[in-house]
Amino acid sequence: MSIITADHATLCVGRNPVLSDVSIRIEPGEFIGVLGPNGAGKTTLMRAILGLLSPEGGSLKVLGRTPERGNPEIGYLPQVRTVLPDLRVRGRDFIASSLYGERWGLPSLRRRDADAIETTLDAVGARHLAARPLSEMSGGERQRLLLAQALIGTPRLLLLDEPLISLDARHQEVAIDVVRKICRERNVTVLFSAHELNQLLGTLDRVLYLGNRQAVLGTVDEVVNAAVLSRLYGTEIQVVRADGHIFVMSRGRDVERVDHMHDHDHGHGHGHGHGHGHDHAHHHH
Amino acid sequence: MDTGMDTGMGTTMRTIITDMFAYEFMTNAFVAAGIVAVVSGIVGYFLVMRGQTFAGHALSHIGFAGATGAGLIGLAPLWGLVAFTLAAGVAMGALGERISNRDVAIGVILALALGFGLLFLHYYTSFATQATALLFGNVLAVDHPMIVALALLGAITLAALAAIMRPLIFASLQPELAEARGVPMRFVSTAFLAIVALAVSACAQIVGVLLVFTLMVGPPAAAQRVTTALWGGLLVSATLALAEAWFGLVMAFYTDWPVSFCIAVLSALGYFVCLTLSMRTGPAQPAPAP
Repeated sequence: MSIITADHATLCVGRNPVLSDVSIRIEPGEFIGVLGPNGAGKTTLMRAILGLLSPEGGSLKVLGRTPERGNPEIGYLPQVRTVLPDLRVRGRDFIASSLYGERWGLPSLRRRDADAIETTLDAVGARHLAARPLSEMSGGERQRLLLAQALIGTPRLLLLDEPLISLDARHQEVAIDVVRKICRERNVTVLFSAHELNQLLGTLDRVLYLGNRQAVLGTVDEVVNAAVLSRLYGTEIQVVRADGHIFVMSRGRDVERVDHMHDHDHGHGHGHGHGHGHDHAHHHH
Repeated sequence: MDTGMDTGMGTTMRTIITDMFAYEFMTNAFVAAGIVAVVSGIVGYFLVMRGQTFAGHALSHIGFAGATGAGLIGLAPLWGLVAFTLAAGVAMGALGERISNRDVAIGVILALALGFGLLFLHYYTSFATQATALLFGNVLAVDHPMIVALALLGAITLAALAAIMRPLIFASLQPELAEARGVPMRFVSTAFLAIVALAVSACAQIVGVLLVFTLMVGPPAAAQRVTTALWGGLLVSATLALAEAWFGLVMAFYTDWPVSFCIAVLSALGYFVCLTLSMRTGPAQPAPAP
């Protein structure tokens, strides 16, 4: 049984179609790198898989069912938009808040759950964050805490929305390693969205490239080539391979890097145009 | 001798206490302030955690219009407070995070509410003497029926808070994930603002609408400086609020200064002491387990 099956699915944010007529099939245990420019629909796709928005057309099946909010078989690391500046809550309580967080009543934690939190903190090397308040953590430390949290329990599907943002190079490696291990050892399916393809090259099984309202799923060779990416970016794209790295260029500029700068300039965002890879490159001249 | 000193001090303490509680209004004040302080310290803890203190402030100002309006039509100010703050809290929650966290919108509405409060006072002139009591509190005038009303209000507030506490914390700390897990975000935030409305109404009876922050923000903010554990924080916050309210009463009894002033001073003192403490112990100090 496939973990995710989209059949001519169209996903909209408000009235605007972000992805239209998408047909993909993702199998158990696959590590999928989700790439594409900002606004291409990476977050939207994950929200649809979580059951937060229904396809306007076509169908989407997750773990064999129509997606429903609150599926415990899905681990989710959201792209954090709301960070309270002075959150004096320690890491352990932050993670604990997510355990059965949807149930009414007073918060309480069983021994088993407390142990699970320690285990998951160890798995990402974040044990020292358990007693620190969030207000005193760097962006990278918070990100590791979120990763630890997404791994709690026994999810069959992990949706990681930009888990590498604000991590330094060493911790990016650690994060990728941790997720790869979970993926391989527990046969967990992973959707890992990122700005840079190269870091994931040794890890991912297939690439899901989004852009221009389309989604193309396939091996790196099938997807990351001039013909496919030119279609997804809506502009002429060159793919340059050098020294085991792949560079996606638009008129001599590295598209991924330009995109990344864009992210830092304007924050995260939906609602950027589609197929504006060309425009993006011009913004930063 | 030491024993003589001890007996002397013990006697003095006993005299102080008998002196104070010889007056029924002092006993009433202690009971009422105690109830309100504990409720404020606990509800305020979540207000501070959610970064919604300004919304709490706005609710109290809207309550002022409610209280004076109630006076105008011959009702007890407390119920006008409850009705107006509750309605405003639910409205804010229903309009969603976009409005309830927006400083400008809240600022405009709270100013408007104060304006209406003034208008109501204007038309009900004999009520004007009570304006100070509403704005700055009058705990020494608390009578028995008021204690019963405050106890009832407090019990409802804490029971409601207990019912939504787990999803409330989840939604406050991790809104994106909570939404994905099926927490009814709009309902939780609306219910919480309704709870804050009740706590504000009770709190305003003791320290007045202008000084609800002394019990609802000072103690929890101080508590979050000294501990990052949830239950520990709630305990410290409630205890601090209680101590500040009671010592405020003692201070007022012996200095003849207004009670609300004394509580305001102690609240600020408590916050700055805890702030200094947390800075001295260093940022990475692990908190004791709950």
